[in-house]
Amino acid sequence: MEFTDEQIHRYSRHIILPEVGGKGQKKILQARVLIVGAGGLGCPVGYYLAAAGVGTIGIVDNDTIELSNLQRQIAHNTERLGMPKADSAKMTFEALNPDVTVHAIKERLNKDMIMDLIKDYDIVVDGSDNFPTRYLVNDACVMAGKPLVSGAILRFEGQVTTIIPGEGHCYRCLFEEPPPPGLVPSCQEAGVLGALCGVIGSLQAMEVLKLILGKGQPLKNQLLMYNAFESSFRKVKVPRNPDCPVCSDNPRITELQDYEAEYCQMRF
Amino acid sequence: MEEIKPDKSINIKGLICPYTFVKSKLAIEEMEVGQVLEIILDYPEASRSIPKSMEDHGHKVLKVEKINDTDWVILVRKERE
Ligand SMILES: [Zn+2]
Repeated sequence: MEFTDEQIHRYSRHIILPEVGGKGQKKILQARVLIVGAGGLGCPVGYYLAAAGVGTIGIVDNDTIELSNLQRQIAHNTERLGMPKADSAKMTFEALNPDVTVHAIKERLNKDMIMDLIKDYDIVVDGSDNFPTRYLVNDACVMAGKPLVSGAILRFEGQVTTIIPGEGHCYRCLFEEPPPPGLVPSCQEAGVLGALCGVIGSLQAMEVLKLILGKGQPLKNQLLMYNAFESSFRKVKVPRNPDCPVCSDNPRITELQDYEAEYCQMRF
Repeated sequence: MEEIKPDKSINIKGLICPYTFVKSKLAIEEMEVGQVLEIILDYPEASRSIPKSMEDHGHKVLKVEKINDTDWVILVRKERE
C-alpha cells in the first residue's frame, strides 16, 4: 500500500520515529485488535488505537450508556445516553479516523462464541470489569495463542500485564481461580477516579502498539502496578507457573467455562 | 571528485518541516542499503534539519549544496534498514 498525502500528514509524528517509520505505520494500519469492553479502559484504549490508525478494531460490549459512566468512559457523551456502548465507541473512533473500521459486537462474551470471535484478530485487549470475563478471555487467548493485554482498575490503583501464550505467564499463573462471588467488590461496585482509566488504558494501548511494531519490551512475565494516590509505579515479576491450570504443558483446563456472573449485581 | 549518481530523486519544494523529513524518510525506507537518495528542497530550515536527522537515523550524508537562490540539493546514502 502507498500512503495518501492525508495519511502522511496524519501519521507524520509516528513516521519520523526511527522505531516506527513508514513500515511500522503500515503494520499499524493492517493490524486487527479486539477490545473487550467499551467502558473505562476500553474507551481510552480504543481512542488511542484509532488515533494511531489501527485498521480494524472490534469492540465487545452488551451494555448501554448510563449517566454514571460518563465520569470516565470518554468515548461516550451525554447525547448518547441509552445507546449501546459498542455503537457509541464505533461512532467516536470512526469519526476520529476514517482509516479505521470498527466492528461493534453487542454481546456478552461467552464460551460458545469467544473462540470464533478472537480468531479474526491479532491481539486482544481486556478492559472488562468483571472476573468471569477476565478468566474467560485469558483461557481463550491461551488456547488460541493470541497475545492479550490485560488491564484492571480499582479505586486509585491499576495494573497492566501482557500475556504472550507459549512465551510468558498468563492470568491464571498469577491468580489461579477467580475469587468467590461476593468476596471482592467488582469495579462496578467500587469507586474509581476517572482519570485512572486514562492512565491504565493508555498503558494498554502502548503495549498493543509495541506488539504490533515488534519493538520494545512488552510486560511479558511482568505486572505493572500504578498507585495514583502515591504517584508510584511498581513492576513485579510474574514467572510462568509450571503447574498453571491452563497454560502449563499438562493443563487441567482444556475447555472453556462460563463463571457465574454474580459479581456485578449492584448497578448505579 | 567523481559525480555521485543518485538511485532515486525526490522534489519536496513547497513542503515545510516536519513533512520535508517525513517524505524523505519514506523515500529512503523504500530503497536498498547502499543506494543514494537525492532530495531537492527549498525550505531553509530543512537544509539543516534533514542532514542531521538522516545521520541520527544512521545514514550517510554525502552532499548538502545550495544550487540557486531558493533551492538546496542533499544526497544521502542509505546505510541501514
Ligand atoms: Zn498460566
